[in-house]
Amino acid sequence: MAEVSVRNVRLSYGKIQALKDVSLEVEEGSLFGIIGPDGAGKTSLFRIMTTLIVPDSGSAQVCGYDTVKDMMEIRRLVGYMPGHFSLYQDLTVEENLSLFASVFNTTVQENYSLVEDIYRQIEPFRKRRAGKLSGGMKQKLALCCAMIHRPRVLFLDEPTTGVDPVSRKEFWQMLSRLKAQGMTIIVSTPYMDEASLCDTVSLMKDGRFFKTDSPGAITEKFGKRLFEIKAGGSTVKALDGLAAIDGVQACYPFGDRLHIVSSSLSLAELSERAASAGYDISTLAECTPTVEDCFMDFDNNDYE
Amino acid sequence: MAIHAESLTKQFGNFTAVDNISFSVEKGEIFGFLGANGAGKTTAMRMLCGLSRPTSGKAVVAGIDVVKDPEKIKRRIGYMSQRFSLYDDLTVSENMTLFAGIYGMREKDIAAKRTAVLTRLGLYDERDILVGSLPLGWKQKLAFSVSIFHEPAVVFLDEPTGGVDPVTRRQFWRQIYEASERGITVFVTTHYMDEAEYCHRVSIMVDGRIAAMGTPSELKASLGAGTMDDVFYMLARNAERIG
Repeated sequence: MAEVSVRNVRLSYGKIQALKDVSLEVEEGSLFGIIGPDGAGKTSLFRIMTTLIVPDSGSAQVCGYDTVKDMMEIRRLVGYMPGHFSLYQDLTVEENLSLFASVFNTTVQENYSLVEDIYRQIEPFRKRRAGKLSGGMKQKLALCCAMIHRPRVLFLDEPTTGVDPVSRKEFWQMLSRLKAQGMTIIVSTPYMDEASLCDTVSLMKDGRFFKTDSPGAITEKFGKRLFEIKAGGSTVKALDGLAAIDGVQACYPFGDRLHIVSSSLSLAELSERAASAGYDISTLAECTPTVEDCFMDFDNNDYE
Repeated sequence: MAIHAESLTKQFGNFTAVDNISFSVEKGEIFGFLGANGAGKTTAMRMLCGLSRPTSGKAVVAGIDVVKDPEKIKRRIGYMSQRFSLYDDLTVSENMTLFAGIYGMREKDIAAKRTAVLTRLGLYDERDILVGSLPLGWKQKLAFSVSIFHEPAVVFLDEPTGGVDPVTRRQFWRQIYEASERGITVFVTTHYMDEAEYCHRVSIMVDGRIAAMGTPSELKASLGAGTMDDVFYMLARNAERIG
């Protein structure tokens, strides 16, 4: 049985439909990513799964319990790190951790091995008030507090937002280690490059999932050809010029290159047309799509 | 020269947040100001905006000395951050008028400029709608237009695209390019390393100092790195300050 399942959940805030028929299944021990921009509905979904709000319709089960009927059971079994820093700012690092342990009837000592890796990094500041920590340290403390009771399922809502690339990499390494210990982890992020580190991802936009699969399968099913080119000169002009080529569906910057999407053109045909439009095609090549390319290629017919 | 900093330093007690940094940014340049959390980016940016007085060193922004004339600087720059940009409970038009007024524009200049900007953005018919009810992508574009509404010499963008979807992020960068091609200098921080590639030049701060500065291709070549993500990782992974 799935460790977490959500069936046809809908939620509205007044006139705004935050979740429009969302379903998901998360296997025990897997790392599941919900990828989408601000306003997609990620946080609303997390609050439903962690029993903090009740959906208008549909249902959700966590560890075999219903999020509405069995609210208290679920709360003992899950750890939740909200997107917004929610620890006690005027308690110290170690006071916050002990508080969370005692709320769950356990002690820091009992489960220290689970958080040790992360806690060691903030231990030099254990006497500092949480409100005085830097962003990266707050994030590490929040993660320790969310799992000091050894939860079966860990819910992390945008743990890496606003975090620099080095700390983001370290954070994902920590998640892999937790997964190796058998914990089920559901994590949301607006960073598309983090999708590849999950077992399964759902791409989410405007209150709906439009793709759920392994990151590899998502990119394999891109279904169109993707090309890259290094364009010199004005990027704005190159974007417009290449997008105007017959048969090109989209052209957008991607790191130091431009990506060109087409369902009809071969590399030879695109080369010829780009060359006659005056572009230096020496760097033009077909390339492999990323999750970000798939996200951008989405249109309304793609909803699950 | 749009920005010139020389040995700029800021100490808080015995902690040196910004440690003797020097750099220049040309007019119309898109300058990416990168660094790990806690490296000192925000403190440096606050000094350049005239919001924090340097402990030592000097900086000239849009021709104005940040130490001697911090008030004057605020009229020559624009500022936008992810967290604070516009008032949700004012209309599109009201937000423009409010910020233009704060930046010291005269009322008769504001009306004409407002129509032009609304038309260019394709938001003219939405001018009386509350900003809070606009889709996030639109808000972002509007916020940038508001930050350069008064045609500042330099615009400071503090993580302007955090959490924004990939399509909107790229539309936003298109606006940045257009502003730069009009001669506005863009000083931008970001945690998206693909966006670092879109900058003309970038600097990477580590522990209060500038650890590297150059065009993205120069930095990649000098470190033998494939992407700016690798460059950042190589420079910042040994940072002593914990972010």
